[in-house]
Amino acid sequence: MADKTGPDGTGETGRGRQPEATIRDDELERRRRDLEASLATRRTDRFEGKDEAKAATGYGQALKLSSEFIAGVVVGVGLGWFIDRLAGTAPWGLIVGLLLGFGAGILNVLRSAGLTSEFGQGGKPREPKE
Amino acid sequence: MAADKVDPIHQFQIHPIIPLHIGGYDVSFTNSSLFMVVTIVLASGFLYMSTASRALIPGRLQSVSEMAYEFVGNMLRDAAGKQGMQFFPLVFSLFMFVLVANLIGLFPYFFTVTSHIIVTFTLAILVIGTVLVYGFAKHGFGFLKLFVPHGVPGYLLPLVVAIEIISFVSRPVSLSVRLFANMLAGHITLKVFSGFVVSLSAFGAVGIAGSVLPLAMAVALSALELLVAFLQAYVFAVLTCMYLNDALHPSH
Repeated sequence: MADKTGPDGTGETGRGRQPEATIRDDELERRRRDLEASLATRRTDRFEGKDEAKAATGYGQALKLSSEFIAGVVVGVGLGWFIDRLAGTAPWGLIVGLLLGFGAGILNVLRSAGLTSEFGQGGKPREPKE
Repeated sequence: MAADKVDPIHQFQIHPIIPLHIGGYDVSFTNSSLFMVVTIVLASGFLYMSTASRALIPGRLQSVSEMAYEFVGNMLRDAAGKQGMQFFPLVFSLFMFVLVANLIGLFPYFFTVTSHIIVTFTLAILVIGTVLVYGFAKHGFGFLKLFVPHGVPGYLLPLVVAIEIISFVSRPVSLSVRLFANMLAGHITLKVFSGFVVSLSAFGAVGIAGSVLPLAMAVALSALELLVAFLQAYVFAVLTCMYLNDALHPSH
C-alpha cells in the first residue's frame, strides 16, 4: 500500500481493508484536527471578537474583570441577606448566597473574558459580532 | 482652608446650592444637580445647534454630531441587530450624558457627576429596568429562558439557575461600579499628583526642581483621563447594547 488513506489499486476506496490500528490513528488525527479548528475559533473570539477588549488597556481590563467578580459576590451576599431578613432563616441565606455569589462572580469573569457562553446560549461559544 | 488643598476627596463633596426640603426629604439643588443640568444643556444644545442648518454637505460641527450618531448606531446594530434600533434614543442619550459628564468633569474645579455611584447606579438601573420590562412585555415568561442554559442535567438546574440569576442581577452593579470606579480613581490620582507639585514647591529651589516630575505625571495622567472618559462612555453604551440584545433575543 503506497497511500494509506487513498484508493489502494483494488477499485475500493476508504478504510475497508486497513488494519484496525490505522483506523484508530485516522480517527485520532481527525479528532485532533477538529479540536484545533474549534480552539482556533475560540481564540479569535477571545482576542478579536470583542471590540471592548480591543480598545481596553491593561488597567481597564483589570478593573473590568475585578468589578465583574466583586459584583457577583456582592449581589449574592445581598440577595442571601435579603432572603434571611424576609424569611428569618439567618444565617443560612447569607452562607448559601455567598457561595452562589462566588460562583456567579467566576461566571461573570469568564463571560467578560469571552471564555464561556453568553446568557441563554447554552454550550455554544460566543458568536463573533462584527 | 489649607487642608483642603491636599485633600483629594474634597472634590467629590456635595453641597446644596439652593436648599429645599419637601415632606421631610432633602431635595436641595446641589452642585451635582447643577452639573447634571450643565451636562444636559451642553449635550442637547450642541446637538441642536450643530444640526440646525441641516446642510446636505455637513460643516465641521454637523459632522461631529453625525459621527456621534453613526458611532452609536453602528454599535447598537452590531450588538442587537436591526431590531435594536428602536432603543437608539435611550442608548444615544446615555452615551452622550456619560461622555459629556466625564469630559466636563476633567476641567479643574468642575464637579464630576459620574464619580458618584448613586448616579451611575441609577443609569444602570434604568438600563436593566428597560431590559426587564421590554423582555417580559415581548416574550412573556419565555424571557425566563434566559436563565436556563441548554443541555444542563436536571439535578444541576436549580444551582445553575440560581447562579445565572445572581449573575444577571450583578450586571447593573458591575456596570455602575466600573464607570464610577474609573472616574473616582482617575480624579483622585490626578489630584494627588497635582498636590505633590504644590507641596514640593514649598521646599525651596530643590523642591521646585523636583516638582517637575509630578507635574509631568499630572500632564500625562490628564491625557489618560481624557482617553478613559471616552472609553468608559463607550463601554457603558456597548454593555447597554449587549443587555438590550438579551431582551430582544432571550434564547438565541
